[in-house]
Amino acid sequence: MSEPRKFHSVGTRPIRHDGLDKVTGRARFGADLSLPGMLYGKVLRSSHAHAHIRRIDPRPALQLEGVRAVITSADRPEIPSEHGTGGEGGPVDFRDLSRNVLARDKVLYHGHPVAAVAATNPRIAEEALGRIEVDYEILRPVLDVEAAMAPDAPLLHDDLYTRGVDPRPETPSNVAARIVIERGDTEKGFAEADVVIEREYRTETVHQGYIEPHAAVASTAEDGQSVLWCCTQGPFLVRSFCSKVLQLPISQIKVIPSEIGGGFGGKTTVYVEPLAILLSRRAGRPVKLVMDREEVFRATGPTSATSIRVRMGARKDGTIAAVKVRLVYAAGAFPGSPVVPGAMTMLAPYQLENVRIEGYDVVVNKPKTNAYRAPGSSMAAFAAESALDEIAQELALDPLELRLRNAVRTGSQAVYGPTFKAIGFVETLEAARNHPHYRAPLAPNQGRGVACGFWFNAGMQSTAAVNLTEDGSAVVVSGCPDIGGSRVSLALMAAEELGIPVERVRPVVADTETIGYNDVTGGSRVTFATGMAVIEATRDVVRQLCKRAALIWEVPVEQVEWREGEAHCRNGEAKDPLSLREIVRQAVRTGGPISGQASLTARGAGPGFGTHICDTEIDPDTGRVQVVRYTAVQDVGKAVHPSYVEGQLQGGVAQGIGWALNEEFVYDENGVLLNAGFLDYRIPVASDLPMIDTVLVEVPNPSHPHGVRGVGEVPIVPPLAAVANALFRATGVRFYRVPMSPPRVLEGLQSRK
Amino acid sequence: MATIFFPKSFQAQTGGIDQVEVEALDIRGVFRALEARFPALGDRLRGGIAVAIDGEIVNDPLLEPVGPDSQIHFLPPISGG
Repeated sequence: MSEPRKFHSVGTRPIRHDGLDKVTGRARFGADLSLPGMLYGKVLRSSHAHAHIRRIDPRPALQLEGVRAVITSADRPEIPSEHGTGGEGGPVDFRDLSRNVLARDKVLYHGHPVAAVAATNPRIAEEALGRIEVDYEILRPVLDVEAAMAPDAPLLHDDLYTRGVDPRPETPSNVAARIVIERGDTEKGFAEADVVIEREYRTETVHQGYIEPHAAVASTAEDGQSVLWCCTQGPFLVRSFCSKVLQLPISQIKVIPSEIGGGFGGKTTVYVEPLAILLSRRAGRPVKLVMDREEVFRATGPTSATSIRVRMGARKDGTIAAVKVRLVYAAGAFPGSPVVPGAMTMLAPYQLENVRIEGYDVVVNKPKTNAYRAPGSSMAAFAAESALDEIAQELALDPLELRLRNAVRTGSQAVYGPTFKAIGFVETLEAARNHPHYRAPLAPNQGRGVACGFWFNAGMQSTAAVNLTEDGSAVVVSGCPDIGGSRVSLALMAAEELGIPVERVRPVVADTETIGYNDVTGGSRVTFATGMAVIEATRDVVRQLCKRAALIWEVPVEQVEWREGEAHCRNGEAKDPLSLREIVRQAVRTGGPISGQASLTARGAGPGFGTHICDTEIDPDTGRVQVVRYTAVQDVGKAVHPSYVEGQLQGGVAQGIGWALNEEFVYDENGVLLNAGFLDYRIPVASDLPMIDTVLVEVPNPSHPHGVRGVGEVPIVPPLAAVANALFRATGVRFYRVPMSPPRVLEGLQSRK
Repeated sequence: MATIFFPKSFQAQTGGIDQVEVEALDIRGVFRALEARFPALGDRLRGGIAVAIDGEIVNDPLLEPVGPDSQIHFLPPISGG
């Protein structure tokens, strides 16, 4: 984009179309639907973290009055290992997915589903669970990711051989895969370095903490057609995954997405959905399955605990000479941790000549991890950005200056290979350096830290339709659940192209039979990719409007121009412009209804970079850390609806601060989660946080017609390190482990003495 | 000629070669040329990967055009949370 485009709708802040329903409680979420004759489902979960299932006998449960169906793995087809693409930033093995939905011969974490029941009321369903007889052979669990790599560790899967090792190992292990990213000569780089540090970092298992638990209602008709209502980030993904797990044709499953009360990546797979369908097929009645909070914590996908080792060397001028990294990520019960994106993103903001990153994907007896906002990146950035802070300290350099000296720019080669097109990382660093926050005085016991973050942003597949109504309004139809304000953003883009007020555009999230295929809402892709489809569909509508105007005026279509919501005739005749409303009014006589549709695989998602400034205050007596000021600066391409872009930044920071200071899964030695509730798993609430300031840097993405790049994931990448770096500057103690909870901080402070 | 860069994980199948030049109009042409030269790469090119064409990442590509000076990198598929 040579000239910045002038927008009339994009960049404004209208009230979101779904806002009123959400603030009045009218919006319907996953658990809100009830159908006549509906049964209530419950899931029996493993009481052991690691055990063989010798026998399951569901018969006693079936004898209970009111029980209409009981299912175990015997009721489902065994499916072979087959890789597909999920919403998790990597491949999904459908055999693993199937065994995660319902254990077959082995349970691999405490809470792993082993059976499900449908009954006439929840109390009977609960009682029926207690009647199912399960005979376990208990095995020793392994929970720690380093311990799981030991040669004598208990094996979760006796057919798991490490991929990425040549030659292939002769014995199975818990190490599912090894990856290596390498460039240059690290040993030569370290030899040239004036300062070298080597550190180890640890992060714990954390949950996305979405407020709405997973919920599904399934109804199956006599002809075998199943309809599923559920809260999900990807109705098409749910349809496809249920089809695989249940071995049903996709044509027999329709998915209707409800409103969604948070997902953050955690609702890009299936848990209760296939069980609800199977129970409804068995019982011949609708079945509702709703997880409670404890089930969400015990048995849905958190993100990985990690163990990270970083060796980093720099020259006196601040140039990073070499970096060597070992990343170990816990995948949970089945392979597939986000170690790959962790490895690719952790040093992506910097130009590096000599780098080697080695990553390991390791299974442990915890729930299978799932995507969590910029999957894998926050932990990796915690290590990389903490190490950079130490280098800056050693060289007596300003930490932002150190980053500026090494920052990638347009045309730089990313550490994971490709060359960056237009990016705005340097602009975020400069905006942070020039922000009043960076020079504001600090009070006693306060410290200021900075950290940066990167996320690729995804494109993937989208379909959108734009239908004009008889009164000259427009309906924008997509298949992407709205988790962050995407409805109004899509409406703004359509309004921009049509030249009408956004209030005359109604955005709709459709079911899987009403709109063409859409990939998940995730990867910061909807406003970018589905937005592209909306723009394409709207431009098609505008072409048709021009054609209709030409027919009405009896002029060649080339003489018609669309401006500000009206057709204008350019042939020199004094014709009054034709409004959209007038053209639609005459549509019946000029060719019928006007609508457009576009389906595409979006290319050119612009990478996102952020720079954060964090002030913490420490209570030296209790070890409690308070974030007292926070500023998030990010290159957002073009902020379509700035309020929701700011909201994405603030939300990511809030989650990152919780991760940094409080959140962690605490297990006992038997693999039982001890804090499966929001009282003990403490996410930050409004009173824990300061107002989070945002600075939107707009470096347009040249591959998007409105300059859009994804924004939702970058903001959760820097906070762990930003908080740790601030805490170091407040206390002189460097923390290598998150969460930096009061006991751990107090211990650190005492070690200083 | 487009330049194709192989990540470390592909180099077992390319005999340690980390980059080659290929004449092709689109990614399908690139894949055909690579498979002809490195038959062991075939399985890896048949899905489940992404490529960056001149810095733009595309999951599961096939028909994306390739320019005479394009730089192509292989990546794992990119999604997110």
